[in-house]
Amino acid sequence: MSKAYPMPSLGAGMEAGTVVEWHVEPGQKVSRGDVVGVVDTEKGAIEIEIWEDAEVEAIVAAPGTKVPVGEPLLRLRTAVEEEEKEEAPAVGAEERTGGEAPPAATAEAAATAEEPAPPTEMADDEFVEEVWEEEQEASVPAEEPSRRLRASPVARKRAKELGIDLEGLQGSGQDRAITLSDVEGAAKKGGSEEAPAAAPKAAEVKEEAAEAAEVAPEADTDEDLATEAGEDRHAAMRKAIATAMARSKREIPHYYLAHTCSLEASLRWLRETNQNRSPSRRLLLAALYLKAVAGAIEEFPEFNGFWEDDAFQPADGVHPGMAISLRGGGLVAPAIHDANSRTLEELTEAIRDVVQRSRAGHLRGSEVADPTITVTSLGDRGVDTVFGVIYPPQVAIVGIGTAVERPWAEGGMVGSRRTATLTLAADHRASDGHRGALFLDRISQRLQSPEDL
Amino acid sequence: MKTTYREAVREAIREAMDRDDRVFLMDEDVGHYGGCYAVSKGLLEEFGPERIRDTPLSESGFVGAGIGAALGGMRPIVEVMTVNFSLLALDQIVNNAATLLHMSGGAFNVPVVIRMATGGGRQVAAQHSRSLDGWYAHIPGLRILTPATLEDARGMLWTALEDPDPVILFEHVLLYNMEGELADDAGPVPIDRAAVRREGSDVSLITFGIGVVKALQAAEGLAEEGISAEVLDLRTLRPLDDDAIVETVRRTHRAVVVDEGWRSGGISAEISARITEGAFYELDAPVARVCGVEVPTPYPEHLERAALPQVEDILEAARALISGKDGTL
Repeated sequence: MSKAYPMPSLGAGMEAGTVVEWHVEPGQKVSRGDVVGVVDTEKGAIEIEIWEDAEVEAIVAAPGTKVPVGEPLLRLRTAVEEEEKEEAPAVGAEERTGGEAPPAATAEAAATAEEPAPPTEMADDEFVEEVWEEEQEASVPAEEPSRRLRASPVARKRAKELGIDLEGLQGSGQDRAITLSDVEGAAKKGGSEEAPAAAPKAAEVKEEAAEAAEVAPEADTDEDLATEAGEDRHAAMRKAIATAMARSKREIPHYYLAHTCSLEASLRWLRETNQNRSPSRRLLLAALYLKAVAGAIEEFPEFNGFWEDDAFQPADGVHPGMAISLRGGGLVAPAIHDANSRTLEELTEAIRDVVQRSRAGHLRGSEVADPTITVTSLGDRGVDTVFGVIYPPQVAIVGIGTAVERPWAEGGMVGSRRTATLTLAADHRASDGHRGALFLDRISQRLQSPEDL
Repeated sequence: MKTTYREAVREAIREAMDRDDRVFLMDEDVGHYGGCYAVSKGLLEEFGPERIRDTPLSESGFVGAGIGAALGGMRPIVEVMTVNFSLLALDQIVNNAATLLHMSGGAFNVPVVIRMATGGGRQVAAQHSRSLDGWYAHIPGLRILTPATLEDARGMLWTALEDPDPVILFEHVLLYNMEGELADDAGPVPIDRAAVRREGSDVSLITFGIGVVKALQAAEGLAEEGISAEVLDLRTLRPLDDDAIVETVRRTHRAVVVDEGWRSGGISAEISARITEGAFYELDAPVARVCGVEVPTPYPEHLERAALPQVEDILEAARALISGKDGTL
């Protein structure tokens, strides 16, 4: 059966992504979980996975094409109904995209061009039929090689009034049409130079676990590749953060709890364990944190899931998202999947991997879309307490402050202990403070016996 | 005063009966039964069988009688239980009521008012769920009103009776139970202009009847997403208030037309065309439409729901128009 593989939604608020590259070509067989390509989003370049066994029939969106969420990227042929094969040998709709089609697609286009039926059109027709009900045809023909400039009538009128040349303006409307706001944006820019991008260190911007930061010192070189596209991406990411955080503060009735706990046991155990390990095999404190949270959450499922449709939807798995700040600003919080059932070694490995890939812009769709709770640590940035902002539609964020030495009274004695302040910001619609307090206390308890983690 | 749409219509009929003794109401079951939507409940006792007249099961017959009475100097309110049954009286409405002024060289006005329940959403299947309001709006010689608020339910009838020519009022079946506040001194309202029910700056939701209720809900949802939606209640489908349509598009530059009727050849197509004619250079995106799915209205609840415009559909259409606005988000 022939079907579309649509642009996946990789997180709240994502509307579209731009195809960066394909790792597949028409005719290729793919299996569930395969990375088939890379799309660029506000959160960086994300590797997208396929969710079923299939054969790639055609590449619908060539690299460079911006595709709204839900619109097709590929056409797939799934196992059922093999006899349909002859019906639509739809080659990539490269004339729709204008971008460079992968060479293989072009070759196949040439090969099939001699066949009597015009296969590409057929594919398009099918496609149009499918979306007819949705009435979003507007986004179908992305671009023909040479066509007139696409600008909305009011944008044209305003551009004329302002004396702005529409050529060269980036369209942000449907089908990348130039809209009124594009024209007025260009007018503003022209008038007042570019406003210096005062790297906004908003209080709620979370930063990465210090330990995690150490593992990717080379990340800067990757970011140096940042061209204009990179800067666009940063602007887009800032906007994505702005949207998500504003929505969070607008919609989510946060409550906040804090609890200071001793890290002595965890740090001592970590040192002993790491003593005999080569640097690359040493466990990260962040892995302990993650495991402590992931384990505690099994007893407190109301913090693990999403607030959707006016109700709490518990998540199936425990996939804490780990806040990782990016060198050039911004942050991502990719999921560490099934953190509750992985060993500390596996978690350490996973954290290293995901930090490196976050910085290099190679996150996978499932990592971006799946987090069920966020864990943020301000690591060695030197602050005691993190007041987290929940990433909607999640319902909780656990913050871990810097490990500092404090006077600590225990069993009638005052001594010195390394401690950290754990915080919980949670959605009061989904949970109450009583359970929040127990949850936080449970995390703290788990950190007191790291050998059991 | 807390009241319902149903009571507001009844009050409007009562006022008309009080004010003008040429006014009478007739339809199947309006008297002893109290009306199939209980609109005329109690009126028989109040005004007697001469003025609250139960008719035989013949739409063509009693609509024709109403037209005759209007020609003869009366001011009849002819109810047709639902628009579905009015198809039996099409010849009377379209060929007679709508044309006699013209055919008589201006000698005879036909001051009849026809009220019909319209629309789907009550699981009464295809033959009882039609939205043909826009269809009637195709006919010159008729004035088509679609009261969507308590004020209009209360106030449009008298103004319609004042009109010397035929007027059809479409009352959406889902509106009868709508509750709300109505001013104690509520009375006749003008019927010439559309009304902005909610002001906004990003997108215009242009609609009528039950669509107004749904669009207002959608506007609420859009506001939460930071999208400012204006809701224009057309109120009168013929003649359309072109100025109001053009003005709202001039303010927002984007329009979603919401119509429970089908899109092909429907009133939504007409509205979209008028936007293109009158406000083309104000558009920042193509006009979007949210209409009934082009099938006979299904009986099963989930299918009926899917076939009629819902708040989510309006939200989606508006979002799609807006999403381009700020690029990727």
